Amino acid sequence: MENAIELRHISKSFGSTKANVDISMDVRSGEILSLLGENGSGKTTLMNMLSGIYYPDEGEILIGGKPVEIRNPKDAMALGIGMVHQHFKLIDVFTAVENIALMLDKHEKYDLNAIRKKAHEICERYHFEINLDQKVYEMSVSQKQTLEIIKVLYRGADILILDEPTAVLTPQETDKLFAVIRNMREDGKSIIIITHKLHEVLTVSDRVAILRKGEYVGTVETAVATESSLTEMMVGKKVELNIDRPEPHDRHLRLSVHNLSVVNDEGVKVLDGMTFDVFSGEILGIAGISGNGQKELLEAIAGLQPTQPQSSVVYYPDNDRDSTAEQLIGKTPLDIRNMGVHLSFVPEDRLGMGLVGTMGMVDNMMLKTYTEGHSPVADRKGPRHLAEQIKEELDVVTPSISTPVSRLSGGNVQKVLVGREFASDPSVLMAAYAVRGLDINTSYTIYHLLNEQKEKGTAIIYVGEDLDVLIDLCDRILVLCDGKNNGIVDARKTTKEEVGLLMTQLQEERSDNQ
Amino acid sequence: MSQTTHHEPLIRVAARENASTALRVGVRVAAIFLALVVNALFIYFVTGLNPFQVYITMFGGTFGTKMRFFWAMRDLASLLLIGIALAPAFKMRFWNIGAEGQVLAGALATAAVMVYGGSVLPAPVLYTVMLVAAVAAGALWGFVPAWFKAHFNTNETLFTLMMNYVAIQIVACFVNIWRGQASGLGKLNMKTKAGWFPQIFGYRFTINLVVVVALVFLMFWYLKYSKQGYEIAVVGASENTARYAGINVGKVIIRTMIISGALCGLTGFLIVGGRDQTISTGTAGGNGFTAIIVAWLAKFNTFTMALISFLLIFLEKGAAEIASAYNLNDYASDIIAGIILFFILGSEFFVRYRLILRGSHNKEVR
Repeated sequence: MENAIELRHISKSFGSTKANVDISMDVRSGEILSLLGENGSGKTTLMNMLSGIYYPDEGEILIGGKPVEIRNPKDAMALGIGMVHQHFKLIDVFTAVENIALMLDKHEKYDLNAIRKKAHEICERYHFEINLDQKVYEMSVSQKQTLEIIKVLYRGADILILDEPTAVLTPQETDKLFAVIRNMREDGKSIIIITHKLHEVLTVSDRVAILRKGEYVGTVETAVATESSLTEMMVGKKVELNIDRPEPHDRHLRLSVHNLSVVNDEGVKVLDGMTFDVFSGEILGIAGISGNGQKELLEAIAGLQPTQPQSSVVYYPDNDRDSTAEQLIGKTPLDIRNMGVHLSFVPEDRLGMGLVGTMGMVDNMMLKTYTEGHSPVADRKGPRHLAEQIKEELDVVTPSISTPVSRLSGGNVQKVLVGREFASDPSVLMAAYAVRGLDINTSYTIYHLLNEQKEKGTAIIYVGEDLDVLIDLCDRILVLCDGKNNGIVDARKTTKEEVGLLMTQLQEERSDNQ
Repeated sequence: MSQTTHHEPLIRVAARENASTALRVGVRVAAIFLALVVNALFIYFVTGLNPFQVYITMFGGTFGTKMRFFWAMRDLASLLLIGIALAPAFKMRFWNIGAEGQVLAGALATAAVMVYGGSVLPAPVLYTVMLVAAVAAGALWGFVPAWFKAHFNTNETLFTLMMNYVAIQIVACFVNIWRGQASGLGKLNMKTKAGWFPQIFGYRFTINLVVVVALVFLMFWYLKYSKQGYEIAVVGASENTARYAGINVGKVIIRTMIISGALCGLTGFLIVGGRDQTISTGTAGGNGFTAIIVAWLAKFNTFTMALISFLLIFLEKGAAEIASAYNLNDYASDIIAGIILFFILGSEFFVRYRLILRGSHNKEVR
C-alpha cells in the first residue's frame, strides 16, 4: 500500500523539554491510524507539525513520497492535510455554510449557494447528518464537530487529523462518528485519530502507532493488538487495569440537595431544580454531556455560584440528623470553611480556579490554609512540608517545589491539585474530571486515592466523562441532562447504553412519547 | 492556491529557560557596550564632539560633585517611592495609572495644612497633621476607583487616569487662591519655615532618603511574606482562584488601593515638606507615570526597582548635563540617553529568548 505521509527523524523541543525525539513513521493511504500515547507523549506536537502550527527542529516530512516544507496551516492545506482540533474554531452566530465560507481563499468567489451545494455533496457522500443553514450556537457539540470535519473536507483534504474527537461525545454519537470515518476511509482518505481511549482504538483503527515520552515505540496492526498489549507499549510496563469498588459501609446522609437552580449571566437556567442526596462512604458519579450543569452544580455546593431562591444544600456533619445540620446555600467558601465543614473541591479548570499557575507548589499548598494563625506573616513551613510529601507520594515531576506549576505537564498539575485537596481530610470531596489528561498509571492512582477517601467515610461527588470508569468506580450515578437530574442509577447494575440514553434524552419527554 | 516554498524560516525564536547568571550578566554588559558604541557613532557624526568626553560629562551629571549626587538621590527617592507605592496595585493587576493624582492629593493636603495651620499649630502637631492629612488624601484618591471597581467592575485604568485631572484642577485652583496677587506661589511659609523639614546632614530631603530605604525593605517583606501580600498575588493571578480560596476579592482590591494611594500621598507629603516647600500642578512631575515602568520592569521587586530608578535618574541627569555643557539642544542629549535605555531594555529579549538561524538547528546549544 502506498504511503500518504512519511515522517523521517522528526525532533522538536520547547526550551529544555523534548516533545518529539527522532520520530520516523508512516501513514498509509486509505487507512485509519490511531496515534496512541499518554498525555505529554508528544502526539499533538507531532500532528501540529503536520498541520503547520509548529515547525520541526530536525527531520523531514514526505507527502505522497515527496519531501515538503510545511511552514503554516496554509501550506498544510495546500498539501491536503486538515486537522480538527479539540477546541472548535467556529463562529457561533454564523450558519454552517457561512463558517465554511470563511475557509475560502481570497481569490475565490463568495457564493453561498455554490458553497452550500458543494457542502451538501460532501454530506451525501459520507452520510453526515447536519443542517447546513443552522446557526452554530444552536448546534450540539457533535454537530459542531461534524461541521469542522466538513470544513476540512471542503478544502479538499486527503489526510484528516482528529485530535481526541470522542472526548466530548456520548457513546451513541461516537458510533456515528466512527461510521463516518469508515466511509471516508472507503473513499481513499487517510485518517489519523489522536486518542488515549483503548477500546476506541481497537474498534475503529486499522493500525496503531504508539508514542511514549516523545519517542516512537512502534506501529502495530489493530487486529493483533489487545488492550493490555497496547497499554504495555504505551506505558512501558504491565499495568493492572482493574478498578476496585469496595462496598460502602457506615453509610449515612451527608449532603441533602433540594431544588437547586442556577441561572447564568445570560439568563439561561443551567441548573433546574436539582434534588438528590449524597451519603458518606460512597462515590456518587455525575454523568452527562459536558456543559449540562456539572460545573454549576459543584460550584453552587462550594459557595461559588449564586443560586435561585428556594435552593437548598443541607450539610449533616454526623449521623445525628437535624440538630447540627447546616445550610450551605448563601454562604461563601470562607463561611463554609469557618463553619468547620471540610469541603474539598477539585475544579475542572485547574489553573484557572484550583491553582495559581505562576506560583510554585509550596505557595499553591497554602491557598486554602494561609489565613491560619494570628501572625501577619503567612506560614510556609507547613505548606512546604506538604508539597514535599505530595511530590514524593504522587510522583510529581517538577524541577523543584517552587517552580511555577503552569510549567508542569497537565498530569502533574492535576497531581498537585488532587494532592492538596485530598490531604485536607475532607468530609465532602467533589472532583470534576479528576483524571482528564492524566496517564494510565496516575489515573489508577487517583481512583485508588478516591477509594481510600471513601473508606474513610468521605462523601464523594465525582464528575466524570469516561462512562466505563464511572460504571466501574462509582456506587450510584446521577445523570445530568439539560441542567436536570435525569435519574440516578445503580452503577453495579447499569449499562453504558442506559447511561448514554439518559444523557441525551430527558425522561419526561420519553414518557410523553410513550 | 499558494505555491509551497521549500525553505525553512530564516530566523526562529525559541523561549530560553533557566538562563544562567553568567548569560544574564553577559547579555546586559554586551548591551551597554553596544549602546556606547552606537552612541559614539551618533555623537561623532551628528554633533562632531568627542564621544569619550561626552560620556565623562554624562557621568558627571550624577557623580560630578557631592551636591549633584545628593540631588540625584533626592529625585531618585521621589520616583522610587511612587514605584513602591504602585507595586502592590500592579501585582494585583489593578492598573493604577493615577499615581500622579494620588501624589498631588497628598501634596495638596500637606500644603493646605502648612498654609492654614503653619502659624497656629506647634511644630510636632503640625508635622503630624501634615502627614496624616497627606496619607488620608492619597488613600481617598486610591479608594474611589477601587470601590467602583469592586462594586460595579468599572475600568480602573480610565478611572484612575481621570482622577489625575481632577487632582490637577483642584491643585491649580488652590495655587491661584494662595498666590493671591503675586505672580507665582513661591515657597510656603517663607518667613516661619513652618512645616519645612529640618536640615539633617545639610539637606532637608534627608528624611525622604531614610523613608525610601525603609520602604524598600518593608514593601519587599509585605509582598513576599505577609498574608496580605499573598492575597494580592492570588487576586492578581486569577480572581476565580481567589474566590475559590475564599478570598474576598472586592475587599482585597479596596484595601490594596488604599495602601497604594496612601503611599502616594506620603510621597506628596515628602516632596512638599522635604524637597519643594511649595506646590504646583507639576509637583509629581510625571514621576507617577515613569514609576509604572519602574514597577513593571522590576517585576515588583523593590530592590530591582531601586536599580532601575537609579538608571533612569542617571540618564536624565546625564542628558541634562550634556545639553548644558556642550550647548546642545535637549533633543540631542535625550537621544543619547534614549539609545542607552533602548539597548538595556532590548537586552531583556535576548535573556528570555534565543534565536535559531536557518541551518543551525543541528548544533543547538542549551
